Amino acid sequence: MTPMQIVFLLVASVTLASAVMVVSTRRMFHAALWLILTLLGVAILFALLESRFFTIVQVVVYVGAIAILVLFAVMLTRHVMSEDQPQLNRSWWIASLATIGLFTGMVLVMRTWPIFTTTQRAVGPGGEDLQKLGFAFVDPSGFMIPFEIVSVLLLAALIGAVFIAAERKGGKG
Amino acid sequence: MSFITDPVAFLANWLQGLLAGWGLSAEWLNFLMLLIGAVVLALLALFWTIFLIWVERKGIGRFQERPGPNRVGPFGLFQPFADMLKIFTKELITPKGVDWVPYNLAPVLIVASTIMIWAVLPFNSTTSGTNISIGILFVVAIGSLGEMGVIFGGWGSNNKYALLGSFRVLAQLISYEVPMVLVLLIPVMLSGSMALNEVVNSQHIWNIVLAPVAGLIYFICLMAENSRAPFDLAEADSEIVAGVNIEYSGLKFGFFYVGDFLHAFTMALLFATVFLGGWRGPYAEQYPILGFVYYFLKTWVVYFVNLWMRFSLPRFRIDQMMAFNWKILTPMALVILMTTALLDKLLPAGQPILRVGGFLVLNVILLVGISLLLSKLLSRRPRPVVAPTPRPVARR
Repeated sequence: MTPMQIVFLLVASVTLASAVMVVSTRRMFHAALWLILTLLGVAILFALLESRFFTIVQVVVYVGAIAILVLFAVMLTRHVMSEDQPQLNRSWWIASLATIGLFTGMVLVMRTWPIFTTTQRAVGPGGEDLQKLGFAFVDPSGFMIPFEIVSVLLLAALIGAVFIAAERKGGKG
Repeated sequence: MSFITDPVAFLANWLQGLLAGWGLSAEWLNFLMLLIGAVVLALLALFWTIFLIWVERKGIGRFQERPGPNRVGPFGLFQPFADMLKIFTKELITPKGVDWVPYNLAPVLIVASTIMIWAVLPFNSTTSGTNISIGILFVVAIGSLGEMGVIFGGWGSNNKYALLGSFRVLAQLISYEVPMVLVLLIPVMLSGSMALNEVVNSQHIWNIVLAPVAGLIYFICLMAENSRAPFDLAEADSEIVAGVNIEYSGLKFGFFYVGDFLHAFTMALLFATVFLGGWRGPYAEQYPILGFVYYFLKTWVVYFVNLWMRFSLPRFRIDQMMAFNWKILTPMALVILMTTALLDKLLPAGQPILRVGGFLVLNVILLVGISLLLSKLLSRRPRPVVAPTPRPVARR
């Protein structure tokens, strides 16, 4: 086992454990904190793939914006800590069996994929070429259409949020 | 290089030679040098804060026509040490019902997020903590860690005033991040790279000359990110009873305090790096120690302007602050970004005078246009009439 594999296994297990804690912890604020740890774990996985840009972008977007909004929503929710209800419902063992079955099935199917056993591609000392990413985003034969569609989607989300939160003139605010 | 002209690189080379002579392998050597560099930088930042606290207290005293601390040591120079001793020896009271992890993690995150910025700043043509290719994005990411510290402090304190205070501060912080990131794209465009070393190296003409509106917006946003006056409604004693800091005593409050003052200086460092040309100056490449001197001077100028605004201006209300950000700063940032991008491609690359002139004209047009527009819009808003009826003065 190379050291990189050991580090990857450690980081991946911490990420998975945090993800499990997100859904199984009692207090919602702690669930949000575990979510932050999960997202940071994914950022470290990007760093292990030697992609500096996506590490930082993961921290900026997920931890810096999405996790903060999740925390905001959690803090503004009333009756956050209801201690008398059970944390897991009665069919939790069926759910875990189904999850494990799905995971095993996916791994078995992916093992037939030739790229599954490829080694990591070296990126180089200067980091990845961000210019290529930028060009790919605006290249018509590249990823321009998904880029524009995502921009329109974000704009729609923004307008929707403003519409929902806006005060009605002469009505309920 | 000798010790006089380039002290840091000289010492680093000497230490590296010494350790390699003792038979250390290459990757351990690298790791040890990086570790020593990180520890030295963090300690330097923290010890420098002591001096900054004295400067700020003396400065605010003089601005308010009083002497400031002058009892402890000559000119009150040992006052911060007295403060430190007091803070260290205070009892760390943990209120009942606090959420232990967020409560204790908050001061750590706030100080850590400030010191981590020092890792990417180029102090010199040869000295910088690390030269990652995405330095500017790293600075933005670290800012969001600081916001996390504020949330943790507000929630973990089990105190409704802390929670409300942290909500308001958080709204301010995430709002002012938007024009800050937009405006940071302009030096990235002008220098062609996100690495702070490249941004400094490419500033033959300072970025503040090429993009003064961007510099202004960045300055304002940095002050707001630091929750410094006039944006300090987080710690407004008359409004929210010290905000997030309420339930923290002793060294934990000391950390908030240190984080605040250190962030002000770090903000000045960032502004000097991105807009004022960092360590650049005459003979800074041949004698790297001059790079330190120029950087230091530029940072002090920016820091003084920051302190000046803090001591002179009353604080914003939260609605004024939000309106200022979303209605004025963000549209301005968007417009300046788009027009600078356009002009950057239209102006020919080889002639600096034409480029500088073109950019300056653009910025002046934008500033004048926005101020005219604002004065027209503001004059149309009805002013609230305070005393419509004549109130009789108390008569006998």
